[in-house]
Amino acid sequence: MTHFESELAALKQKLLLMASHAESAVNNAIKALVDRDDDLARKVAEDDDKIDHLEQEVDAACIALLAKAPLATQLRLITSAMKIARDLERVGDEATTIARRSLDLSQEPQLKPYVDIPRMATMAMAMLNDALGAFVNGDTARARAVIPRDKDVDQLNKQLYRELASFMIEKPTTITRCLNLMTISKALERIADHAKNVAEDVVFLYEARDIRHLGATAA
Amino acid sequence: MSAAPLIETKNVELFYGSSRALKGIDITIKEKLVTAFIGPSGCGKSTFLRCFNRMNDLIDNVRITGQCLIGGEDIYAKDVDVIELRKRVGMVFQRSNPFPKSIYDNIAYGLRLHGTKDKSEIDGIVESSLRGAALWDEVKDRLHSSALGLSGGQQQRLCIARAIAIRPEIILMDEPASALDPIATVKIEELILELKKEFTIVIVTHNMQQATRISDYTAFFYIGELIEYDLTTKIFTNPAKKQTEDYVTGRFG
Repeated sequence: MTHFESELAALKQKLLLMASHAESAVNNAIKALVDRDDDLARKVAEDDDKIDHLEQEVDAACIALLAKAPLATQLRLITSAMKIARDLERVGDEATTIARRSLDLSQEPQLKPYVDIPRMATMAMAMLNDALGAFVNGDTARARAVIPRDKDVDQLNKQLYRELASFMIEKPTTITRCLNLMTISKALERIADHAKNVAEDVVFLYEARDIRHLGATAA
Repeated sequence: MSAAPLIETKNVELFYGSSRALKGIDITIKEKLVTAFIGPSGCGKSTFLRCFNRMNDLIDNVRITGQCLIGGEDIYAKDVDVIELRKRVGMVFQRSNPFPKSIYDNIAYGLRLHGTKDKSEIDGIVESSLRGAALWDEVKDRLHSSALGLSGGQQQRLCIARAIAIRPEIILMDEPASALDPIATVKIEELILELKKEFTIVIVTHNMQQATRISDYTAFFYIGELIEYDLTTKIFTNPAKKQTEDYVTGRFG
């Protein structure tokens, strides 16, 4: 392995460290919501700084590596790393949003048992996990398989919106709680979008094909 | 990077006759790091490099003022033994220049010259130097063939092996890869990154990407002046001076 290759390996490791923080943040935020655990929710919000710093570190490393004039796969790895870092940072932000809304929700009695939200979280996190696994293993088939799953999460988000809207119409005292849950649902829908972005970056990295904005069939 | 300073110059000026080629250069070079000198042709970077082992003494009509300290000692002081100095400060040139002797003798020659007589000791140093220069595996079965039969890249690594055999503190490199193909260049660059664990390296290069790949610090020279000297990352991503920015972005030079 050349020195440059070992620097690229270190960059990948830093990105994976960032991913593991982002994944824990989302999992903990959902756990805080379901268990009505305010301490855990506050911890998620506080820990977001770590992810933000890692994004800055990844970007600084990428700029230093780009100055060395990398080519081909190495060039694509660095530009993809910058984009993936941004998506992971946003995943961290969404986790913070979920945690903050959980804190609000825990002030009032629970509106209904949480079924769809944990399910959405599981789906979105599985997408992110697969996209990152594809990144590590160079598995573009796995990355491509992530992309259509975004629609399932979108669907669940819309379904939850409709359900919460009917709650609000029927019983206006639930409006605050419903709006908080809608925000959480939207955050999970966005996490799935970020996972999809990562998957598209992985395809670009390993196949040098830009499959964004093509639609599922063309991809 | 908190390495100790090893080379320090104070207001170094160099004249070729009445022409001033270096203008009041102050620099501190840290040990066990790679420092790159960049700048357009004729900017004085090679001339300045050659001050560190007094190679400019060999040119007629050259006059140097100011101070050049290595490990705190003024290398231009009257009592300095230039041969001893060049043992401490080795040099590798643009064109590989092996002696027309065997691979083995290219390395053994300097050792014998510096008083090493014991054959097993010389054998050991020949091997460790060739290993250190990442050449051993390619030449171990033909140590007694002519060095001139090696490829350009191998000859250059032999010159590096020859330089490290006498255990200098500093290795000066004047465009060591500019006459080599990309594969041989990568080998030399990888070698430099290995060698910095043991040696302080100062390299003149015209290849800016090479400077970004191998150096920790970069000094930019222009018409005999040191314009900017900083961490390599800083020089190539956010230089402080406009002249540096113009040079690294290819607007002049």
